[in-house]
Amino acid sequence: MNKNHRVPSNRSLSAVEVKSKFGAEFRRFSLDRSKPGRFDEFYGLLQHVHRIPNVELLVGYADVHGDLLPINNDDNYHKAISTASPLLRLFLQRKEEADYTFGTNSLTRKKNTVLSAVLLRPDPNRKKPPVIISLPRDFRPVSSIIDVDILPETHRRVRLYKHGQEKPLGFYIRDGSSVRVTPQGLEKVPGIFISRMVPGGLAESTGLLAVNDEVLEVNGIEVAGKSLDQVTDMMIANSHNLIITVKPANQRNNVVRSGGGGGGAASGSSGRSSDSGASYYGYSSHGGVGAPASMPSHIIQNFPVGELESDEDDEDLVIEAGGEAEPIRRASSNYSMPSLLRYEPHLNLRVAATSTSTSTLSINANGTLPASGSSGSLSNAISTTPSLDRAIERRSLEEDGTVITL
Amino acid sequence: MKRFRRHGQESQRDRLKQELFQFNKTVEHGFPHQPSALGYSPSLQLLAIGTRSGAIKLYGAPGVEFMGLHDENAAVTQVHFLPCQVELVTLLDDNSLHMWTLRAHKGLSELLEIGRFTLTGPPGAPPSVTRVTAVLAHSSGELLLLGTEGGHVFVVEVPGFRELEERNISLDQVASSVPDDYIGRRNLEHVEALQENPVNPNQVVIGYGRGLMVIWDLERQCAVQHIPATQQLESVWWTEDGGYILSSHSDGSYCQWMVSGEDEDEEKSDIPYGHFPCKAISKIVQLPTEEGPPFLLFSGGMPRASYGDRHCITVIHSKTHVALDFTSRIIDFFTIRDGPQHTGDPSALVVLVEEELVVIDLQTEGWPVIQTPYLVPLHSSAITCSHHVSAIPLKLWERVIAAGELQNTHYSKKPWPITGGQNLAPDPPQRDLLLTGHEDGTVRFWDASGVCLYPMYKLSTAGVFHTDADPNDNMNQGTEGEWPPFRKVGCFDPYSDDPRLGVQKIHLCKYSGYLTIAGTAGQILVLELNDEAAEQTVEAKVVDLLQGQEGFRWKGHTRLDVREEPVLFPPGFQPFALVQCQPPAVVTALTLHSEWKLVAFGTSHGFGLYDYQQKNNVLIKCTLNPTDQLAMEGPLSRVKSIKKSLRQSFRRIRRSRVSLRKHHVHNAAKLQEANARLEAELAEMELAPVQRKIEARSSDDSFTGLVRTIYFADTFLSDSSHSTPSLWAGTNGGCVFAYMLRLPPVEHRAEEPVTAQPAKEIQLMHRAPVVGIVVLDGHGAPLPEPLEVAHDLARSPDMQGSHHLLVISEEQFKVFTLPKVSAKMKLKLTAVDGSRVRRVGVAWFGSNRSEDYGESGLVVLTNQGDVHVVSLPTVKMQVHYPCVRREDVSGIASCVFTKHGQGFYLISPSEFERFSLSTRCVVEPRCLVEVPLHPGSSNKHRPQPDGASSAHRYVPSVRVMEHALLNDESEYLRDEEL
Repeated sequence: MNKNHRVPSNRSLSAVEVKSKFGAEFRRFSLDRSKPGRFDEFYGLLQHVHRIPNVELLVGYADVHGDLLPINNDDNYHKAISTASPLLRLFLQRKEEADYTFGTNSLTRKKNTVLSAVLLRPDPNRKKPPVIISLPRDFRPVSSIIDVDILPETHRRVRLYKHGQEKPLGFYIRDGSSVRVTPQGLEKVPGIFISRMVPGGLAESTGLLAVNDEVLEVNGIEVAGKSLDQVTDMMIANSHNLIITVKPANQRNNVVRSGGGGGGAASGSSGRSSDSGASYYGYSSHGGVGAPASMPSHIIQNFPVGELESDEDDEDLVIEAGGEAEPIRRASSNYSMPSLLRYEPHLNLRVAATSTSTSTLSINANGTLPASGSSGSLSNAISTTPSLDRAIERRSLEEDGTVITL
Repeated sequence: MKRFRRHGQESQRDRLKQELFQFNKTVEHGFPHQPSALGYSPSLQLLAIGTRSGAIKLYGAPGVEFMGLHDENAAVTQVHFLPCQVELVTLLDDNSLHMWTLRAHKGLSELLEIGRFTLTGPPGAPPSVTRVTAVLAHSSGELLLLGTEGGHVFVVEVPGFRELEERNISLDQVASSVPDDYIGRRNLEHVEALQENPVNPNQVVIGYGRGLMVIWDLERQCAVQHIPATQQLESVWWTEDGGYILSSHSDGSYCQWMVSGEDEDEEKSDIPYGHFPCKAISKIVQLPTEEGPPFLLFSGGMPRASYGDRHCITVIHSKTHVALDFTSRIIDFFTIRDGPQHTGDPSALVVLVEEELVVIDLQTEGWPVIQTPYLVPLHSSAITCSHHVSAIPLKLWERVIAAGELQNTHYSKKPWPITGGQNLAPDPPQRDLLLTGHEDGTVRFWDASGVCLYPMYKLSTAGVFHTDADPNDNMNQGTEGEWPPFRKVGCFDPYSDDPRLGVQKIHLCKYSGYLTIAGTAGQILVLELNDEAAEQTVEAKVVDLLQGQEGFRWKGHTRLDVREEPVLFPPGFQPFALVQCQPPAVVTALTLHSEWKLVAFGTSHGFGLYDYQQKNNVLIKCTLNPTDQLAMEGPLSRVKSIKKSLRQSFRRIRRSRVSLRKHHVHNAAKLQEANARLEAELAEMELAPVQRKIEARSSDDSFTGLVRTIYFADTFLSDSSHSTPSLWAGTNGGCVFAYMLRLPPVEHRAEEPVTAQPAKEIQLMHRAPVVGIVVLDGHGAPLPEPLEVAHDLARSPDMQGSHHLLVISEEQFKVFTLPKVSAKMKLKLTAVDGSRVRRVGVAWFGSNRSEDYGESGLVVLTNQGDVHVVSLPTVKMQVHYPCVRREDVSGIASCVFTKHGQGFYLISPSEFERFSLSTRCVVEPRCLVEVPLHPGSSNKHRPQPDGASSAHRYVPSVRVMEHALLNDESEYLRDEEL
């Protein structure tokens, strides 16, 4: 595997020359262009050649334009292999200490600006701000369209993630009337509609909700027959993770499904119960199989369904004040505000942690706290948050790492 | 909602639910809102009240009551019992007549509507022809005479409402015989009054609006005599001997006319409050006495300019002349007479005014008021809060009664004179107290054990403070030689001197007799029951809840001035300690622990703990969010002036209304028109879009620091082996604070300080207001009340197993483990159906199948007006029923739950509706009214108001409680068990 030999470029029709850089170390090897394999195999190979089997890595490569682009799945790995001409330059980094960003112009930016300044020639690239490609872990979900496979095309189920977000949800609802198809013909029924968007709010920024969209469900519960105040309270109670099903006022931006068009269009203006059946039927008949399980899965869903069930509001905060009894007067005055500040580091920590298994986060507020880094508080934190546990593990590994890479 | 049902278990649970829970609205306590008509049956000894909302309520002996509701949403304008029968006729605003009866069914009577009828005139006739203005239920019990606006009298056979056209008395028939010289003969106007001759049922007098009265012979269908009164007629009374007719008129005069069979012109007129123009005498009654002069009673007739705004009934007997001055508009009145046939001396005057029922003993010197056992105006000062205490120990009960009796010395000693029907309800199983706090700083104690909400004792907290009571208010009281000779009667007095006195929270410990009352201006009083009067100073302690939080300025009212000199307190509950919060914001949470001798309280700024034995503060905690400016604003400081101006404008309205009074058709039409207009306006308002903002709650919201609930518990706060006393407080911002309390040993309780140290702080992620905190013991049962175990009235809580903390927010029910707080289970309410918890209580439900099975549950009233029962400790929804209309915000806010699954809420400012969720604990009227034996001849007695002999009657005592008093305490041991 350790093929560090140099290969002339004109012979590289079948092999890709790889130059991998990790820290100050370089490794060179080649890959078969026609059989690149999968990303995880490639990733394993990198860890192997650099002898860093347990280090989590960020893999980037320099593309033909000099941009530093990430390799983190099969697709961009294959793209990197196919465009390598002939050398594939890789840049590896420890995940937790990534200090450069992916994106266009990321490697050549400096050179370009110098050049353009020297040549005094207008650079077309300069007008365009460079595109920054962030890593998945840097993203926070803001909104998603979910359940496209089970909803009629005229409806849209939007999930808004308020949790840990400073932006206001930012919309208003009102009473109104909508038209439903019933066996007796068209019927006017009361409905709830989005009446206003707060500029800059979460709802507006997603682009998935609009004024005059009819609200049909809130977190899976139909709003039919409920008063405006009831629906308001339901939405606020679910505000940390709000899923609203709307019938958009503008039906032109609906998700179009192959083959299901006829049924969906026909049911465009009809009521929910009747048309969900109709479009569903049309869809599955085109698919040739009646069972919903066998439906093609072009579902626009960014997050696993399991996350829907997660109960984020369970994470109530408990502050235990143990230890010595303090004079009551003083305790009451210095207890309220400082303690709020004290647990802030933990809040940040918890947001960063991807899988917090404990539903209630306990923080010991006697004595010093993790922010000060004392051993006592650290051990407390370890017992509560597994992610922190891992972080400490990493830190110790890193120390080993420096020894290895000498 | 994916839930795997195990079928067998499910159905078993369903059966159990049926044995435990059922929903009933059982009885309405208090005084009907907006009464509009009064009727009385001497033979049944029943009183009937009709209301503007179309309700009809019947009352007899205490505990005997019936209620009916007309389908039409129209005011009841008249109620007439059919003489000597169990039927009654009501006339509504929409001109419909309704026949009601008391039908016996399984040994109990129930009020049923059995017929309805609307007069139909000849085709093309204007509606006024058939618009009923006067009703006479004929003594034969078979006829109903209906006088109309058009001046006709229609005769209808009852109970079937068959029109007897041939017997109608048309205006033309009457007008043809009117003497030519009568000035008003061209237009006699509507029929104002119909009266039957007490000695000759064939003769009736028809009084026309213009003044003319005609005595008509029903048999011969002709006029017997014309009485040419010239003033606008208001009412007619035929004296008992049949010899005279009294008429009262709109100019404040009344006349007496001899019934001679011949037309006479002589008018013997008297204007009792004469010289200057007087207001109308709307009703006049004259009753003979066995020896001596008759009683003359009339309402109204006051001099228009000086006393036109008084609501008076004048009673004249021999030399005694009193103008009874009532608190609100007089609806109607009647008298009760002695004797087996109810034909003897008048014994009591019963007056229905708009806000209360007043009964005056006419046989005791000074005509004192008889205390009413029911229909008591709950709102004599507006109700601001209520508190229910179940199963009062006999000792405390007796002491409260004794204190109350000392307050009632001005009442007549006579028993309640209305005694119809039999109360068959079983004796209440326990003694229950309902305490209502009022705007004027009083707390009233009501016996809520049975069907009658009986006033026991009234406590006033105003004496502790200097108030700016208007000294002029008392100057109006009768001065010597005043004319007319006014005497104030009734207790309705909605005007509070100082709104800061208003009572907001009450907590009574039934075992120790300690009571704590908190009010609008941040005052918390601790009182103890003393059987002797005592003169003492109340020690005030000011508590600064801001605790150095800066940048706030309280813009609300100032705190109350405490009297520094000793104050004489009558026997009863006497204040001995006072805490005044600073800023003096309204107290929003209050609790008392009589065993630990601690009182905890909260406002919008924080909470505190007060040791009432050592009279010092143990703990003060500010919960205020530094960014919350609104909390500091306080209530509008203009409140007081608004009240005052309201009071004045009410008086103005009242003054102007008196002249417009009466049921005149034009007014009714106008009213309907106005109503229609209002409805249209309302509909329009609803068309304007209402928007609601959808925004997650944040810590910066206003009033997040408001303390909503406060709770004492002996539980495992810090470690799982030793339980300690603890204090819990929940805020509007979804925060729960827990403090560990350290109490000195009993022998040093008076010297060593009580300490409190912070133990836990829980911030609920959904930030909804915390409305209840309950600690559940090892068996999952709520901890018993303080002293309950010491008095052997509850099994001691399980201190071995692990305790749980139940936090009830407006949106969720959540169970946490203790001492380490981690979420165990929860029930979401708002996220699922959009309703929010408004009121919550812990109740014990007994099974109706097996005597010894029962379970505890949470009783919840939501903002949608639904009541839910949630199981403990598993927090699962058990049952839910619609209870209050969701629009009725004050009804929902006023709800209180009992410990045994009943509840009360205000359906109007003056009435509590009682409901029950329990199958075992249901308090509802069960009574029987029997048809009176009909005497053969009807000539012997007064046909109209005074009926025939009554049936054999069981007269229960006024005190329904007698049996309960004897009941054994130990029977109620099971209450707190699970």
